[in-house]
Amino acid sequence: MNPNMERLYNGIVKENPVFIMMLGMCPTLAVTTSALNGVGMGVSTMAVLILSNLLISLLRKVIPDQVHLPAYIVVVASLVTVVQLLIKAYLPFLDAALGIYIPLIVVNCIILGRAEAYACKNPPVLSVFDGIGMGLGFTLGLTVIGVVRELFGAGTVFGFQVMPAFYEPIGIFTSAPGAFLVMCLIVAVMNGASISTKANSKVEGCDGCCATCAQKCDNPKNLEEKEEVKV
Amino acid sequence: MTSLALVIVTTALVNNVVLSQFLGLCSFLGVSKQIKTAASLGGAVIFVMTIASGVANLIYTYVLARLGLDYLQTIVFILVIASLVQVVEMFLKKAAPAIHKALGIYLPLITTNCAVLGVALNNVTDGFGFYESIFSGFGTALGYTAAIVLLAGIRERIDGNDVPTPFRGAPIVLLAACLMAIAFYGFSGLSLG
Repeated sequence: MNPNMERLYNGIVKENPVFIMMLGMCPTLAVTTSALNGVGMGVSTMAVLILSNLLISLLRKVIPDQVHLPAYIVVVASLVTVVQLLIKAYLPFLDAALGIYIPLIVVNCIILGRAEAYACKNPPVLSVFDGIGMGLGFTLGLTVIGVVRELFGAGTVFGFQVMPAFYEPIGIFTSAPGAFLVMCLIVAVMNGASISTKANSKVEGCDGCCATCAQKCDNPKNLEEKEEVKV
Repeated sequence: MTSLALVIVTTALVNNVVLSQFLGLCSFLGVSKQIKTAASLGGAVIFVMTIASGVANLIYTYVLARLGLDYLQTIVFILVIASLVQVVEMFLKKAAPAIHKALGIYLPLITTNCAVLGVALNNVTDGFGFYESIFSGFGTALGYTAAIVLLAGIRERIDGNDVPTPFRGAPIVLLAACLMAIAFYGFSGLSLG
């Protein structure tokens, strides 16, 4: 397979950040109350991811190793600010729906994780395709979860009524507990179908913060109870 | 005074950071295997979040807002939090080795914990002053600690049970979190103020 296409396949299917790698759980659960919010968050994250992969790949020989993490954070935070201001200016309804989760893209471990695992070692074009693949995979995951939650929680998909009129919406799906429930069922189905995911190591490992996957949990005391670092 | 107490109750229970806002989920799921470790992490989070909220508020009010640079808040806050954690760690190592020994290994984990940045940003959105920010940081961290310690307690109990195979590992933990979220959902019925 063409290496660029391979990157896309890897991001969307093989290492899907939502279903397989379980990266960026916070936005995954928080904003997927409707399909549209899922798409909005996915596309915003994808934009940041593609640009951060490109910039970090271009700067990979310039950034000194000792300060690479702060340097990446500054790059990502600047991009997030740009995206946030653009959304505020042109898509105010999305800004209202996603609120604080847009600036929090900074600490989404997909972004720092891809910078650390891929963009800092690979040429710009491949890194951009890696960003597109991972971004599409993330968007796909959020959209699927958003569609499920909106369908059961409100009887609609993308705002269109799909459930028959006698269907009584199960409100819990669009509220906070429903997010945990849907995620629980998704992982249970994956487990049942013997698809290996990182979900189970996630509840075992140190994974103390949303970017430890980037920091590689280098603390030896935590390593004792830590699983494979996800790279 | 009542308003500050109100801020604590709201942030700790009604808008629980993990169970209703989904911030800091990674550590919530990852470090909740044992009550002891969960409580230590909670202690470290209380420490860092309270200080970070205060410092972020000072920087926002006296530097960013004054110079009209408030659009830089995300960049500034994340850098401030990251360096603050380093400073706190170094300070504790020198000044309070006992606390450092108990909480030290968790401090680096908090550097980019999204809950800390989330609180700092929320405080700005809510227009909180210095004291309110500190109390909101403290309350949020208290809610985080309560949630993670409770989950750890549940997980210690689950360990001895026969869980259906597909639900072993993450799903049962997520299910426990779901039930906890339903319980905490009840707090949103509190009429405060």
